[in-house]
Amino acid sequence: MPKTSRPKTNPADMDIPYTVQPREDTGLYNAKVGVWLFLASEVMLFGALFSSYILLRVGSPEGYWPRGWLNVPVGTVNTLVLITSSITTVMAWASCKMNQFGRFKVFHACTLVLALMFVCIKSYEYHDKFTHYEITLQDGRIADGHIVENNPKTDHVVISGRYVQDRRDLYDLEARKAPHHHEEIRISRSQIEKMERYGPWHNTYLAIYFTLTGLHALHVIGGAIVIGFLWGPGSKMWETDPERFTNRVEISGLFWHFVDLVWIFLFPVLYLI
Amino acid sequence: MTAQHHEGFEQHVRRYLYVFYALLFGTLITVGASYIPFGNHAFNIAVALCIACAKAFLVAGFFMHLISERKMIYGLLGFTVFFVLGLMVLTLSAYADFPPLTVTH
Repeated sequence: MPKTSRPKTNPADMDIPYTVQPREDTGLYNAKVGVWLFLASEVMLFGALFSSYILLRVGSPEGYWPRGWLNVPVGTVNTLVLITSSITTVMAWASCKMNQFGRFKVFHACTLVLALMFVCIKSYEYHDKFTHYEITLQDGRIADGHIVENNPKTDHVVISGRYVQDRRDLYDLEARKAPHHHEEIRISRSQIEKMERYGPWHNTYLAIYFTLTGLHALHVIGGAIVIGFLWGPGSKMWETDPERFTNRVEISGLFWHFVDLVWIFLFPVLYLI
Repeated sequence: MTAQHHEGFEQHVRRYLYVFYALLFGTLITVGASYIPFGNHAFNIAVALCIACAKAFLVAGFFMHLISERKMIYGLLGFTVFFVLGLMVLTLSAYADFPPLTVTH
């Protein structure tokens, strides 16, 4: 079989087209079309989950949809953190456009710190839920609170919380109501009928809360990894192809703003209403 | 890079800062409004969602530059909005479509 020799190609002709120059038909560089298509699919993903939330909420019996289960001041701080990260992201891109690479570095370092803060605060909130227990006793009472002591070798558990007779008393904990008196309660294991954490399996509210916020947190982590790459090793491109690098910053920024956009709806829906 | 180009971006930066302040203000208003008893909880929900929509417009419009984007992106997002709304309407309409004798709460 005769060997076919490949024609020699000039490396300059092998460059990916339209990374900087806009295409004639779309008027945009390719990555921008790509990221908007990706964001459209993300809108569908979160749209499906939001409609699930609405369905679960509308379908829950009167008085059984939890209110006041999340810490509003903590959620507000996290919202402010994410909004601030959005402005630092857009400022990082504007700095590239103004040929101020040093400023870009500073702004994107701030974005990374803020992303880390967001994830840490969210982890704190998750920890708070995973150490919160609802304990049904054999006499019908329910003890609810945060675990203080739960050593399997001992015959008791200790929580910091309160007793209620009706599960519905646990569902509306709005901050404007009088605070509940919490005390340390020691419960013998022989008295316990059921003991369950406030995890995603606890009820539909927590299931959709963990699904929505967990997926959102994964987006934050993913976005932070990309921004971290552009801030660190990826920033070498500034030396060789600054325009293409600036476009990469813009693309990662569009994703980051989308993540902020999702949180703008998640915060009131889960924490406030 | 020309001085004119640089000045143009300085204006953009000022605009971004105004949007940022508006978003901070919007967040505080959202939290504040949730503590006001409007008499009907549905009204509280409507207020919170209206403020969220206004904030979303600011982020999408200015930070994501959608107010001055190409037609192709508008077309793409138009399709997305259509399908998302369709998804929500179909899902919610399923709730009102129980067979006869179904016990609901």
